[in-house]
Amino acid sequence: MLHETAIVLTAFVYLGVLFAIAYYADERADAGRSVIASPYIYSLSLAVYATAWTFYGSVGRAASDGVGFLPIYIGPTLMIALWWVVLRKILRISKQNRITSLADFIASRYGKSALLGGLVTVIAVIGILPYISLQLKAVSNSFTILVQYPEIVMPAKIGVLATRQDTALWVALILAAFTIAFGTRHLDAAEHHQGMVAAIAFESLVKLLAFLAVGVFVTFGIYDGFGDLFGRAAAVPKLRAMLTPLEGVAGGYANWAWLTILSMMAIMFLPRQFQVAVIENVDEKHLNKAIWLFPLYMLAINVFVLPIAFGGLLRFPDGSVDADTFVLTLPMAEKRELLALLVFIGGLSAATGMVIVETIALSTMVCNDLIMPVLLRLRRLRLNERRDLTGLLLGIRRGAIVLILLLGYLYYKLAGEAYALVSIGLISFAAVAQFAPAILGGIFWKGGTRAGALSGLLAGFAVWLYTLFLPALARSGWLPLGLLEHGPFGIELLKPLQLLGLAGLDQISHAMIWSMIANVGAYFAVSLSASPSAEEHRQASLFVDVFRHEAGGARFWRGTASVPDLYSLLARFLGTATADSAFGEYASAKGLGWPDERLVADAELVHYVEVQLAGAIGAASARVMVAAVAKEEALSIDEVREILDEASQVVVYSHKLEQKSRELEAATAELRGANERLTELDRLKDDFVSTVTHELRTPLTSIRAITEILLDDPDVEVEQRKKFLGIITKEAERLSRLINQVLDLAKIESGKADWVETRVDMKEVISDTLAAMDQLFREKNIQVEARLPEKVSTVTVDLDRMTQVMLNLLSNAVKFCDSANGRVEIALAEREGFLSVDVRDNGRGISPEDHETIFNKFHQVGDTLTDKPHGSGLGLHISRQIVEHFGGRMWVESSLGGGARFSFTLPTGAAT
Amino acid sequence: MSESESKGQRFVALCMLGMLLFNYPILALFNVSGTLFGVPVLYAYIFIAWAALIASMAFIAESGGRQ
Repeated sequence: MLHETAIVLTAFVYLGVLFAIAYYADERADAGRSVIASPYIYSLSLAVYATAWTFYGSVGRAASDGVGFLPIYIGPTLMIALWWVVLRKILRISKQNRITSLADFIASRYGKSALLGGLVTVIAVIGILPYISLQLKAVSNSFTILVQYPEIVMPAKIGVLATRQDTALWVALILAAFTIAFGTRHLDAAEHHQGMVAAIAFESLVKLLAFLAVGVFVTFGIYDGFGDLFGRAAAVPKLRAMLTPLEGVAGGYANWAWLTILSMMAIMFLPRQFQVAVIENVDEKHLNKAIWLFPLYMLAINVFVLPIAFGGLLRFPDGSVDADTFVLTLPMAEKRELLALLVFIGGLSAATGMVIVETIALSTMVCNDLIMPVLLRLRRLRLNERRDLTGLLLGIRRGAIVLILLLGYLYYKLAGEAYALVSIGLISFAAVAQFAPAILGGIFWKGGTRAGALSGLLAGFAVWLYTLFLPALARSGWLPLGLLEHGPFGIELLKPLQLLGLAGLDQISHAMIWSMIANVGAYFAVSLSASPSAEEHRQASLFVDVFRHEAGGARFWRGTASVPDLYSLLARFLGTATADSAFGEYASAKGLGWPDERLVADAELVHYVEVQLAGAIGAASARVMVAAVAKEEALSIDEVREILDEASQVVVYSHKLEQKSRELEAATAELRGANERLTELDRLKDDFVSTVTHELRTPLTSIRAITEILLDDPDVEVEQRKKFLGIITKEAERLSRLINQVLDLAKIESGKADWVETRVDMKEVISDTLAAMDQLFREKNIQVEARLPEKVSTVTVDLDRMTQVMLNLLSNAVKFCDSANGRVEIALAEREGFLSVDVRDNGRGISPEDHETIFNKFHQVGDTLTDKPHGSGLGLHISRQIVEHFGGRMWVESSLGGGARFSFTLPTGAAT
Repeated sequence: MSESESKGQRFVALCMLGMLLFNYPILALFNVSGTLFGVPVLYAYIFIAWAALIASMAFIAESGGRQ
């Protein structure tokens, strides 16, 4: 039933579906309604990390050393926990600088160095070849095994096949055609491949579902759940040892730790991961979901690895079936044809996803960072004068894709058979880990220089070649095996697998230790030994401080350029349509149209064009091209420093400004408060003046009226005249009393009053006042009772002022007490450092709402319109001011009809 | 301290915790024979710790930083 034609047909139908998805997503993107602008699609596209290695290889690894496959997924989970710090920064830098690839990123950081970009590209291409060959091997093996159905025969046993049947070659060629169709249909200035991302996300779903299907089938179909499966495995002596696999293995925990670190680097610096995570990212906010969804994906796809591995070991105990193929051979052995076909498609999706993204990323690097810089420098080609270079760019990329896949095929032929899938992939991981010092150092440390990065990469890559790549070739028989066993020229210390005698580690840990020592050591040593150039200094600052100055690099440019030159430059590389829209966008941001003669070719426009161009041909090449049309004046390192200093000064200034404005706000609030108080005081003053005037007018009016009567009528009787003159005298007294009080008040309130402070015995003050008023009490027939203690402490006050207070309180009491049966009580007491004086009358009392207001200026109890005023209304106010001046308090307790009790206290200690 | 800073510090702390959980000597504590719900202890430990780590990452990523 599983005929070869049917399998091939299914595979092509699947690829057709992929292409349809990509086509649809591209159409939607052109229409401005992107389908990939979702955190879920972003997370799924990150899962391109899970390749045929995960799909087939993990089970193979698990079958030989249990949980040993897991660091490859736990490491990335740990790294992703740092994404908020690391990847967010890389994303921001890449968006600002229009980074198009990993090589572009490193080249751009170290002064837009074409040499560095080229080196990174070479390392990436060579380093990734084993990884691509792994995918080809997995797909061709799974195909070869599947067509043998119902027999289960390993490909190695089938023998040499004719070229027509060389599946790996066909797979390589088909994938090349497919990738070209996907990734290089047109040139996008931002290097976004929306169609590809959509297809990759779909592939991630397919491979996950296929793997979970096999897992569920093995665990719950063949066996009776996890417990049953592991229980049976534990019954087999050979398998029991694998249940605690980290024990007893030489360097077990060290290997585990190194694999974790290696995978942490891989998830960041594999060209395809950089492509999907950074270049294809459309929104920084997608990180929030991806940070946990992607690790969750990895967890899900690994849950059934161990059950499948043990299931396979139990099913094929004789070792005739390669553990790398258990995922496929278990369903085949159980005669589940459709499941086997689904597995094949799942493996195909895992492999194609990796190959498509990886080769697109690598081809961009090869084109932008390796070939274009060389071509642009070759004056003979006169590329500067070509009108349209978009065709050339696409051609280079397509060529690069075919070349990379053929090289991958070549590696598979040369070295693919000697290693298991995972071991092949780890060689690539170790290669891309070499980028870690240059990138991580580059975004967190301004001191890293171009020379340092070059040395570090070269040293690390050399060690990688020697300790991993060379042995791989030797094991496959292309180099003498003696090289591994005895070292080159018989020098034991230089044995590639035990360099300087370091033994007891697995090959990967061994290579990682030495290459990282060489890489990190050279990077720091060389960086520190020489100072950076102006360009390096500026780029270092733009990268490391990306969150601080968002403005970008325009302010670093000085020179002259013309708009038509810049336009035609952009048009040559991106085509006129893209160039027009780019210039249109820029012009409209300036409030101009395009074309418009008012557009100025200033530093900002030059920088804009350079960044646009960098999106198509990489930072290093873009710099060369822009320099060719714009006459740039080179900035010295001091000038760059100056600009950077200015920038940091601006930051400092703005902080200062913020602080100033906060202070100003506080001052304004204070001023507003003061103004309110002043307005209130002004109103009070107006009230005061009008009240005083009113108070003065009343006696004046009566004096004037009476004097007029006396003047007009000389015949007034003596009796009457005497009465009139009495009124005049009384009113004049009232006037002068009022004026005295106003003057007094003015003095006290302005603080100009003369206070004569002496030790005063309040008992004497009260007795004297009572004696002075004795006549008045008698006249009004008022009974006075004074309760004075034998002896009280003295207080420090002004004697005359205190007498004034007592006189005021007593005369008030006389005025308001019951007219028929008047009674006034005076009490003096001492308690807790205070003297208190109470003056009580039995008058009509004061309503509670007036208890405070009677102490206000000119306040008189009762209705001023109907009642005859009993005083100036200043007495109580002045009395309270005096008492408070000496640190005391004055208040009243009363209710209507119940008399009133005025009290005040004075401190007995040293007063003010 | 801004929200993104405090978020970053929480993530760094979580990464360190993860490194501790998935390395010697903590790993060795679970590297023993025996089963948990029928699954070997080491396997069960790794997957449970892993899931817990992812849950914490989800919590930090989605909850925002300390105010």
